[in-house]
Amino acid sequence: MTHGSTAHRAAVLGTGQTHHRSKRPDVSIAGLCREAVDRALADAGLVLADIDAVVVGKAPDLFEGVMMPELYLADALGATGKPLLRVHTAGSVGGATGIVAANLIQAGLHRRVLAVAFEKQSESNAMWALSIMPPFAMPLLAGAGGYFAPHVRSYIRRSGSPAYIGALVAVKDRRNGARNPYAHLRQPDITLESVQASPMLWDPVRYDETCPSSDGACAVVIGDQAAAQASSRPVAWIRATSMRTEPTMFSGKDHVNPRAGADAAAALWTKAGISRPIDEVDVAEIYVPFSWFEPMWLENLGFAPPGGGWKLTEAGETEIGGLIPVNPSGGVLCSNPIGASGLLRFAESAMQVMGVAGEHQVPGARTALGHAYGGGSQYFSMWVVASTPD
Amino acid sequence: MRDVAVVAFAEAPNVRRTDGTTNGVEMLVPIFREAFTQAGIGKADIGFWCSGSSDYLAGRAFSFVSAVDAIGAFPPVMESHVEMDGAFALYEAWVKVLTGEADVALAYGFGKSSAGELPRVLALQLDPYVQAPLWPDSVSIAALQARLGLDQGLWTERAMAEVAVRSRAAASSNSRAQLSGSVSTDELLAAPFVADPLRAHDCAPVTDGAAVVIIAASDRARELCARPAWITGFEHRIDSGTLGARDLTRAPSATTAAAAAGVPGGRGVDVAELHAPFTHQELILRAALGLPDSARISPSGGALAGNPMFAAGLARIGHAARQIHTGAAGRALAHATSGPALQQNLVCVLEAR
Repeated sequence: MTHGSTAHRAAVLGTGQTHHRSKRPDVSIAGLCREAVDRALADAGLVLADIDAVVVGKAPDLFEGVMMPELYLADALGATGKPLLRVHTAGSVGGATGIVAANLIQAGLHRRVLAVAFEKQSESNAMWALSIMPPFAMPLLAGAGGYFAPHVRSYIRRSGSPAYIGALVAVKDRRNGARNPYAHLRQPDITLESVQASPMLWDPVRYDETCPSSDGACAVVIGDQAAAQASSRPVAWIRATSMRTEPTMFSGKDHVNPRAGADAAAALWTKAGISRPIDEVDVAEIYVPFSWFEPMWLENLGFAPPGGGWKLTEAGETEIGGLIPVNPSGGVLCSNPIGASGLLRFAESAMQVMGVAGEHQVPGARTALGHAYGGGSQYFSMWVVASTPD
Repeated sequence: MRDVAVVAFAEAPNVRRTDGTTNGVEMLVPIFREAFTQAGIGKADIGFWCSGSSDYLAGRAFSFVSAVDAIGAFPPVMESHVEMDGAFALYEAWVKVLTGEADVALAYGFGKSSAGELPRVLALQLDPYVQAPLWPDSVSIAALQARLGLDQGLWTERAMAEVAVRSRAAASSNSRAQLSGSVSTDELLAAPFVADPLRAHDCAPVTDGAAVVIIAASDRARELCARPAWITGFEHRIDSGTLGARDLTRAPSATTAAAAAGVPGGRGVDVAELHAPFTHQELILRAALGLPDSARISPSGGALAGNPMFAAGLARIGHAARQIHTGAAGRALAHATSGPALQQNLVCVLEAR
């Protein structure tokens, strides 16, 4: 709508995440969140008393069976006596949580804000919580896979992609996940053949091309320019953020290449001063819950022209060392604590430009994309972070 | 910091039950139109949208997703959602305008409370391991809070009833109110308890409803509204969620929020719209906010005259802004609450210029 001229600078000061597992019976919801928060604060060299405000994100409350759990979590998150906001924008919520926290800094309201996102899927059953009957709309059937599989088939038909591209993505992401000590699925020995031999769940999406159900949390500390300059550790400067929404269903909806995602990306690149994303972005953490969404989102984001995404994947350009490494952390295909998955993408992108991603570091990464989407491919949130402020 | 003002407000009729869906679209479409008409703008003028609602109220995941249908969100819009009262959605919208990313923003909240058993649904806001399994409903928790104050001599059942009498009388001039009219304190006190010491008049009714507020920055606000309600303070704080860990007769987060919003001790406030779903909670809030005796309290009737969940807080801000728009007040305080027993409190200060 306008410019960003009134905005203050903001930077990621620290990140933290849990060990993601299918079940974390060793911790309560509060304990799970606190594990990520404590790591983020330690990473930033801060304590809870340094935090001015807390932003909590998670996907539907029915995933745990707790209504507005942030109310109960206020003490555990150190939010008591402080401002606390709870964001919920479907699967994109982790990204939206990071953006709302960044906005609080960019608006000049706070010096340091804590963003926390989580999902403890083992407390309930996400697939059936998603199998809803919305009025006047197509039901989601049995979980998200059944909803998205037809869009994948449509992508394959439109792009002329060979059938094995999805399996290639799965092999890459699961092997990347093996380099990430926090990943839920760590499979260094996975092969194209083993993925293709795994059971078919929702044609053409096979078991090994599907995200797991995870318990997990992620936390990010975001600070203003003074806080960033006061930090003795590397920070990730937030160059641009972007969010767009469109309806779930309407005449003219393109589920393969949604306009909301393309618009959000175009606005993001403009704000970040990036004209050729493929050349100017060093690494991307993209929300890929089913393998085929890597080539689909590469096109939607403008890394490749329509029909060209699968060619980047096939040529190995999305591996670490390629032209645009995608999900060096292993991504959503390795860990999917739904509400946290978006913030994990944002945090992992920050870790890359801070140079602290360890075994899955992309060498020399200076500019990175964090991306999330949700609902029926209708909510998009994304940011660009860099190792320098301008 | 940019100057931002409330330029338009509309709310759906507060009613016991609507026939519409839980996604709020039927309640939202008419009030979007009403607010747009007030400001003389259309949906293309909105740079940022933000909503507040609850999946648990609707009884299914993603109820806000279909609410987007009320916008007609194509071409795609910049939009967000909080699982909180719409007042907090307005806060997020205000932040977005402050960053310079939008000049005009719209916040809405909606709730179809009649879709379930509201007091029982709200029990699920408590600690899921040690409190929620006991199913303490929201009315019973409020009754415990009221009892603590009565036993400490902080208020009386008569003082509580007087709040209800004033609320219903004030609501007589609010065409969208659910409960209004002239009643006497003695009449109300003759009624049986619902949950000792609360009688029916002490509890906000169960209400279906929705509200929308439009804000705009500096010159744009002056274009859209003859007498903009400038936001001079906007703060919120939260207290512990553990009921046994706080003094339920106080609302420290309300006190802190008001002080941070620039109205410590209710300084200079002509009128206050309070989101108090129970009579004794209004008494707690008046003390916590230190409102002067001269301040008019909830001329809309407040939440006791209609309490659409996830919209009632936003509606308080709208009604406070209306006091500025009409010239009835120079400085108004609007309050919104969330969580059991006034756990979370928001204060928005609006001024004429």
